[in-house]
Amino acid sequence: MQSKIEELKAQIAEGLAAVKDSKALYELKMKFLGRAGAITSLLKTMRDIPPEDRPLVGKQINALRESAELSFENAEEKIKEAELKVRYEKEKVDVTAPGKKAEVGALHPNTLVVNQLIDIFMGMGFEVFEGPEIENDYNNFTALNTPKDHPARDMQDTFYLSEDFLLRTQTSAGQIRVMKRQKPPIKILSPGKVFRSDDDATHSPMFSQTEGLVVDKGITLCDLQGSLEAFAKNIFSDNVKTRLRPSYFPFTEPSVEVDVSCFECGGKGCRLCKGTGWIEVLGGGIVNRHVLENCGIDPDEYTGFAFGIGVERIAMLKYGINNIKILFENDVRALKQFKD
Amino acid sequence: MKVPFSWLKDYVDIDVTAQELQEKLFSCGFEVEELIYLGAGVENVVVGKIEKLWKHPNADKLQVCLLDCGAHGKRQICTAATNVFEGAVVPVALDGATVKHEGELVKIKSGKMRGEASEGMLCSGEELGINDDFYPGAEVYGILILDENTPLGEDVRKVVGLDDYIFDIGVTPNRPDCQCVLGIAREVAAILKKPLKLPDFSYTEHEAETNMRVFVEAPDLCPRYIGHYVSDIKIGRSPAWMRKRLALEGLRSISNVVDITNFVLLEMGQPMHAFDLADLQNSEIIVRRAKEGESIVTLDDKEFRLNENNLVICDGNRPVALAGIMGGKNSEIKETTKEVFFEAARFARDSVRKTSRALGQKSDSSARFEKGVDGYTTEYGMKRALHLIEELGCGTVSKTHIDVDAHPADNGGKEMSVSVSKINALLGITVPTEEMVKILKSLQFGVEEEGDTLHLVVPPYRDDVDGYPDIAEEVIRMYGYDHITPTFLKAAQMTQGKLTPAQKLVAKTKRVLCGQGFSEAVNYSFYSPKSFDFLRLPADAPERHAIKIMNPLGEDLSILRTILAPSMIENVVRNVRRGNEEGKLFEMANIYLAKDLPLTEYPEERKRLVFGIWGNYDFFDLKGAVETLAESLGVKLTYRAEAMTFLHPGVTAKVYLGEKEVGYIGELAPDLCAELALEKKVYLAELDYAALEKKAKGALKFKPLPKFPVVERDLAFVTDESTTCAQIEEVILRSCKAVTSVRLFDVYRGKQLGAGKKSMAFKLTFTPDEKALTPEVVDKNVKRILDQLSQKLGISLR
Repeated sequence: MQSKIEELKAQIAEGLAAVKDSKALYELKMKFLGRAGAITSLLKTMRDIPPEDRPLVGKQINALRESAELSFENAEEKIKEAELKVRYEKEKVDVTAPGKKAEVGALHPNTLVVNQLIDIFMGMGFEVFEGPEIENDYNNFTALNTPKDHPARDMQDTFYLSEDFLLRTQTSAGQIRVMKRQKPPIKILSPGKVFRSDDDATHSPMFSQTEGLVVDKGITLCDLQGSLEAFAKNIFSDNVKTRLRPSYFPFTEPSVEVDVSCFECGGKGCRLCKGTGWIEVLGGGIVNRHVLENCGIDPDEYTGFAFGIGVERIAMLKYGINNIKILFENDVRALKQFKD
Repeated sequence: MKVPFSWLKDYVDIDVTAQELQEKLFSCGFEVEELIYLGAGVENVVVGKIEKLWKHPNADKLQVCLLDCGAHGKRQICTAATNVFEGAVVPVALDGATVKHEGELVKIKSGKMRGEASEGMLCSGEELGINDDFYPGAEVYGILILDENTPLGEDVRKVVGLDDYIFDIGVTPNRPDCQCVLGIAREVAAILKKPLKLPDFSYTEHEAETNMRVFVEAPDLCPRYIGHYVSDIKIGRSPAWMRKRLALEGLRSISNVVDITNFVLLEMGQPMHAFDLADLQNSEIIVRRAKEGESIVTLDDKEFRLNENNLVICDGNRPVALAGIMGGKNSEIKETTKEVFFEAARFARDSVRKTSRALGQKSDSSARFEKGVDGYTTEYGMKRALHLIEELGCGTVSKTHIDVDAHPADNGGKEMSVSVSKINALLGITVPTEEMVKILKSLQFGVEEEGDTLHLVVPPYRDDVDGYPDIAEEVIRMYGYDHITPTFLKAAQMTQGKLTPAQKLVAKTKRVLCGQGFSEAVNYSFYSPKSFDFLRLPADAPERHAIKIMNPLGEDLSILRTILAPSMIENVVRNVRRGNEEGKLFEMANIYLAKDLPLTEYPEERKRLVFGIWGNYDFFDLKGAVETLAESLGVKLTYRAEAMTFLHPGVTAKVYLGEKEVGYIGELAPDLCAELALEKKVYLAELDYAALEKKAKGALKFKPLPKFPVVERDLAFVTDESTTCAQIEEVILRSCKAVTSVRLFDVYRGKQLGAGKKSMAFKLTFTPDEKALTPEVVDKNVKRILDQLSQKLGISLR
């Protein structure tokens, strides 16, 4: 028996030395330790051993099994390691090669700006209202305190569609619709396309505006500046300041232009601000009493402010776009830069 | 409005520089668009006196002068001019000076001319950029001879009137009263808190006989007409000071009487006209609408055929002026004119504008009337003109003054009362009452205080002031907008800011498309009517029922869109031409659907989506994008092979939502691609977004997960080429409720199938409902499906 055990030991060692992969190792393992394996069979011969010898022989065979199991375990580990190493080498990729991207498109810069405006003013309690692009003369002009012979009509070259219908020249036209259907408090932001018969290097016959309107008790010019300063800080930079200066719109009185301190140079004067330190960004004012009256709102009880933001102008300033035409060419090289 | 600095100083003692005044005007609402220094380009040119003059020893055509240039010392200069003489005082360009020559700047250097030293150059008027109206003699051929008493060594710009600025001011439409030098001067006086010195309006009326009569037959178009008869006219040259003022404004002097009318327009903002009385037939002026077919030849020799929309000034028989625009040739001021009938009138701005546009004839006068002239100015314009007649001694002012005034109450002196506290409430700050009073008085308001109330008399030329907000504006623009302190809706009520579901859905749609690689395009809402021809739309296609712009920028931009495809095709073409080999674009925009043309009611503005992809893509890339969008909107779209005139007939489907057609998808027709020089295929789709929006899924709701595993079966069928995927899908779905998904995953054509046949392989998913699906149940279902397919489509398993 002793010699048998030694012989098996030697066979295992020999077998393990020759084994190259985990499949052969498994087969070898089964040959000795499997159900019909040599060591298992040896244990089965215990019956033929005289009972007084059994404890010793049993011990010896068990010792053999344990040592065999350990050897196989060790061998397994080594082979697995070696095999993994081979696999790793084989499956190695060039991680610097390009990834499989899902294509991503971009929103138009105008949409990005309008979305930001909506975010900013929604936080101040504004709702969004979109009026029709085709308006009648009354809503676009007359109700906005710009009757037929008013000189301010010369400021805007209007596309007429019939005697009475036109392509709106300003989103202010929406003001009238809102004030006619809703009583104060009113806080409305009204983005949309507007049209003027102007087409040159700096003008486009169609562009986008966003109109803001607040009507409530006790609204002041200070509130207008405060709200617009919040807008300017949000859209440009926390450091910008605003400045009001007198202007004229038929539907506001007093009317103001709102300038922001140049966010490029911090107000020292540069090319963007043409050396003035200030950039004109929008117009606004206190809603004209006649406009409130035209909408059935008592101007002695309520006051309000309104402003109009040129969306392309903000987009150009904010993103450094140097030519308004780029915004209407739809060149994918330009558009794809606006993945925001 | 162009205003010379020197002229402003006639009315206000200005103690600030032009640049400082520019700043102050800006902050009070008058943006100086350009501040022009007249002397720009003329540098280092001084006054010198020719002490000695002799012939150049080496040149026949040259003379040598020795000049005394005052503080600049003595200079020797050679000149070719022949009008110089000893004792002449002339402009001397010193070494390093710049002067003008034929519009260019020229630098002057010392040197030698034919061996004689020449330390500069003597200048002509042209080289200083001036004419006779600036300085008498500036247009003579040769050197400008200055007044002999001019101080030597002085900068010549100060002597000839070039040391001056022109303020080019942008005047807002509410301030027509500031479209003149006096108007700006009134603002400047208020800004600088200085008294305003008004021009002289005085004159003496003399007895003189005339039976002139004025009839205004169209008082709606001519609310006020003032005429005044002036006799003993002596036509001649205007004095230098007046010629220079006109020159500063870019006007040539014509004759004293005509210059007076131009001067009053510039100074007072009142357009004037002078008729030669001898030419006024019947001693009548009639202001009326022109008769159809009447005609007039204006001062500039242009003839116009008139109609009743045109207001004309007539004598007893014929038009003698186009009201507010230009006088008639038949009654113009001539050298022989002996008697003049002056006109100062107010014409309705709309009427002047319409006639001016319709006839294509404009003038400084019409431009002024279009902005609006007030009754006060009409009256004082006439007074000023009559004063100038006297001052220039070119006529005798008569007593014959005719004033036809339809609205005497409109001529100013409007009274109003405002509350100080209300003004402050609007501004949001407290402007001290005494400050308000001071500001308003400086703006020529009459002010009387009574507690919180200010009783005001509005200056007669301020038609724009009609309520307390106007007063608030006057106060704050003079008090300073820098006093306004930003506040954040202090008194306003809380409101909830939110988007409507429709607005959110638009944002989502755009987001979903961007996520699939589409970039957003924005196109004009109008295009050419030829777009419809390009798409080969039939003559009666509903898309051709499009709204036309009455006054388009051109035919290419004259039709409002009824279909978005033409814009998208244009975008693709532009991208490809610029070398962008592939791309995916979408646009969401309104189309405009008119019920009647021309419009009698609001048209429908309907949101649509258009897609364009080009490059290494196929039909199914675009269809997949549309399907993904539909899935995220929660709508089920179906596709039927139907033709579109501009798409490839074999690669086009119309898109349906239920039974409603909501768009199309397909490949741009190859022949159109060829026409556009597009080498790669272009796929287009367009969807009626408004219809999708209506059916879009509302609130999200969770459906419990199936309790039992799903079972999948792959089935391949042999079919005719004409059998479509959709047909098979439909039969399968209808014949077995347990099938929750049918997906085509392979199409095969081969010899063993036979010609005109194909094999289509589908993956069917069975989802159990209440209990697990046994293989036997699935087999039963599959059998039913196969029976139905065989019955309805005549196809069987491969």
